[in-house]
Amino acid sequence: MAPLSVQTGVSLVTIICLLLATQAAEAKNSEDIRCKCICPPYKDIEGQIYNQNVSLKDCICLHVVEPMPVEGKDVEAYCLRCECKYEERSSGTIKGTIIIYLSVLGLLLLYMVYLTLLEPILKRRLFGHSQLIQSDDDVGDQQPFANAHDVLSRSRSRTNMLNKVEHAQQRWRRQVQEQRKSVFDRHVVLS
Amino acid sequence: MAEAEVISNATPSEEMNGAGNLMDFLDEPIPDVGTYEDFHTIDWLREKSRDTDRHRKIRKRRKESIWEFVKSLLDAWSGWVVMLLIGLLSGTLAGVIDLAVDWMTDLKEGVCLSAFWYSHEQCCWTSNETTFADRDKCPQWQKWAELMTGHSAGAGAYVLNYFLYVLWALFFSFLAVSLVRVFAPYACGSGIPEIKTILSGFIIRGYLGKWTLLIKTVTLVLAVSSGLSLGKEGPLVHVACCCGNLFCSLFSKYSKNEGKRREVLSAAAAAGVSVAFGAPIGGVLFSLEEVSYYFPLKTLWRSFFAALVAAFTLRSINPFGNNRLVLFYVEYHTPWYMAELVPFILLGVFGGLWGTLFIRGNIAWCRRRKTTRLGKYPVLEVIVVTGITAILAFPNPYTRRSTSELISELFNDCGAFESSQLCDYINNPNMSRPEDDIPDRPAGPGVYNALWQLALALIFKIVITIFTFGMKIPSGLFIPSMAVGAIAGRIVGIAVEQMAYHHHEWIIFKNWCRPGADCVTPGLYAMVGAAACLGGVTRMTVSLVVIMFELTGGLEYIVPLMAAAVTSKWVADAFGKEGIYEAHIRLNGYPYLDQDEFTHRTLATDVMRPRRNEPQLSVLTQDSTTVEDVEMLIKETDYNGFPVVVSRESERLIGFVQRRDLTLAIKTARQKQDGVVSNSVVYFTEDAPQLPASNPQPLKLRRILNLSPFTVTDHTPMETVVDIFRKLGLRQCLVTRSGRLLGIITKKDVLRHMAQMMNQDPGSIMFN
Repeated sequence: MAPLSVQTGVSLVTIICLLLATQAAEAKNSEDIRCKCICPPYKDIEGQIYNQNVSLKDCICLHVVEPMPVEGKDVEAYCLRCECKYEERSSGTIKGTIIIYLSVLGLLLLYMVYLTLLEPILKRRLFGHSQLIQSDDDVGDQQPFANAHDVLSRSRSRTNMLNKVEHAQQRWRRQVQEQRKSVFDRHVVLS
Repeated sequence: MAEAEVISNATPSEEMNGAGNLMDFLDEPIPDVGTYEDFHTIDWLREKSRDTDRHRKIRKRRKESIWEFVKSLLDAWSGWVVMLLIGLLSGTLAGVIDLAVDWMTDLKEGVCLSAFWYSHEQCCWTSNETTFADRDKCPQWQKWAELMTGHSAGAGAYVLNYFLYVLWALFFSFLAVSLVRVFAPYACGSGIPEIKTILSGFIIRGYLGKWTLLIKTVTLVLAVSSGLSLGKEGPLVHVACCCGNLFCSLFSKYSKNEGKRREVLSAAAAAGVSVAFGAPIGGVLFSLEEVSYYFPLKTLWRSFFAALVAAFTLRSINPFGNNRLVLFYVEYHTPWYMAELVPFILLGVFGGLWGTLFIRGNIAWCRRRKTTRLGKYPVLEVIVVTGITAILAFPNPYTRRSTSELISELFNDCGAFESSQLCDYINNPNMSRPEDDIPDRPAGPGVYNALWQLALALIFKIVITIFTFGMKIPSGLFIPSMAVGAIAGRIVGIAVEQMAYHHHEWIIFKNWCRPGADCVTPGLYAMVGAAACLGGVTRMTVSLVVIMFELTGGLEYIVPLMAAAVTSKWVADAFGKEGIYEAHIRLNGYPYLDQDEFTHRTLATDVMRPRRNEPQLSVLTQDSTTVEDVEMLIKETDYNGFPVVVSRESERLIGFVQRRDLTLAIKTARQKQDGVVSNSVVYFTEDAPQLPASNPQPLKLRRILNLSPFTVTDHTPMETVVDIFRKLGLRQCLVTRSGRLLGIITKKDVLRHMAQMMNQDPGSIMFN
């Protein structure tokens, strides 16, 4: 239990560091800064939006609004009404986050499909019908975590490490099953 | 304390007995002793004294060697390290959730062709093709209909967009509910009622586990992006607490002590709110006011640190690209006037009424779900509610977008740059200069159009939120409640504004609104309304005002917010004392002792077990019970602990022993210690007497005996007993009369008694 959680902790910290690092590296990307000036209608000129790739200190109307739609003395009046906002983003972080998120989601979905659809089929292939009926009796089709692993682990000899993983996984399944029972069937918690 | 004493006493007695293996057994702690079973309550006093022991041991050893000194330093620092890690992880996760929600919400409408991972706003971020009139259109971002058929307008495109919007929503919510169902059923709901219960000393194994953390984070994104009327704030508190629990397991100081662990979890809850609202101080106060049970000053500082680190981490991820922590951050500096307090208080009344309606309706619906066949179809329920939500939400532009965006628009003041419908005021052509701000102008058709759309959105949100909260997906209610309040507030704000415009001559408006001056800020009304509604539902006051104040960054609005929050609390309290979280705690029958006063005049003897005609209390004697007797007692009863008395005749109390510890100790002794047989006598005394060699080896169990059980006399009023249970976090309390043991009162008995006194069904309280 303890070493496992240490590992998870360490890996999580690594992920955080990686995210922060990518973010720091990408911050200088020129795509990632903008100065956006919104100028409302003035006299007979229509309202307009200007978007430029300039640094914070250049983010004023005079630098960003190009070409200037008014002449000479009107420039100051026009620029007073414009609202310029300097914004930063980090496209690397966005890209990284979305891709990491999608891959985690994808893995979870695959695992879910495996547990709910493939495993019962595999079980049927491996052990025929008699055992299937037996295990179906006590867990039912509703439960994706049928006792398949009991059967699987009995039938094969594994190395020690694999056994440990198997054991942990089995314990986890039991826990989830217990949780599912109390949340969805008995409605004792979280209703 | 008991253990330390035993440890110091153990050696001489062992030497006297000359039993080497007995000494081994006593020296190494019995595994799992001092832990609790699932759905049990912890004994705060015992946890506290265990921590004191541990601390004393470390202090004593630190002078022995450098390594021990370093270890003691590490121990002292571990609390802060845990806080740092919690802050980093929960801030990062909040950032991931924000970014992913942003992207996925927009995925329902269209896709960014230049880079699929950009949301609508990010897609058009660098685009120069945006125009003043159509500010969020750019060629890179294409709606689904445009992408598939090439037409961006027309009935066909609308229907196709509509259809795909509903389809995506259904897909997201189906994924969310199936992931929750398959991997972590505990990840559903908001989590705050359960966390409240856990922090008060209840054990729900796996509730804060790694799988719950992973699944809750992943499905929260799906649930929020599906457009359901729910928010991410409550679940973020749960996520942060899962982080807290995860890092607790790195340090034995926290992983082995349930009381210390709860201190960390309190701080983690603060970090959760801190990232949810970008309000570190509000988060700390939320943890103090709403979730925590035991909150010493040390925890306050640590929560503050964790909340700051979390907020800083989120800020450096910058998920919204506005250098703020929330989407609906606002900043205005327009003043408000005394007379406006009247509409603010009215909004408070509305908030209170909404809170009452929501709590009643939601609890009634949840009870239905819990007791009838409805609860058998959690997946179908989610699908149906999502379907209805999506179908009704799409036609109305105010419900189609994400709720956070809606709140953001409602909070915003109309500047000259706003293109939204809400800011469609008629410009006065006679004015020499076009207005910079939009004070004091008649509303244009756009505003009236927006008003009835908002009214429809209000009704829709009110109804659908009642049915959404409590479904089997992660769902928080802060955002929907705030949306309801913000819509109502904005409507009231516009009404007051137009009234002020059309009736300058009225006395109240005469001093307040001079022609041409800025006098009513509808955005402020929206904010006050949001605070009122949130207050009505959760019954927060201080933390709510601080959260809202941190959202706006302006001290001048504290009085309106306070007025609304307090009014809403008064109104809601008039209809029912419980906030939504307490109501859910009671619905589920969690053993939670709330802070309300107990005013009935009953005595300890009325509540204690055994009652008058019940069999006698099961007790152990200190030196005459055999192992077999103990095993029989454990087998035949299901009590969680047994008092130990001097002898059955005198019934003088010497201590209390937990069932779990007793079972484990006997099991371990039977396995590891030779000579312990069924006939062995169990000793709870300091020294086992010298026995003839023919007798079986005695079993010494003083180590697991709690020598300082809490006792009250039989005539103690229950008021005091309830107070003792609440303040000290007891699990059980023994009742004596002139030194003789009479009976026992457990937390369960107290809760049952309280339920009985309030005319509720005492059998509903969950307790093992």
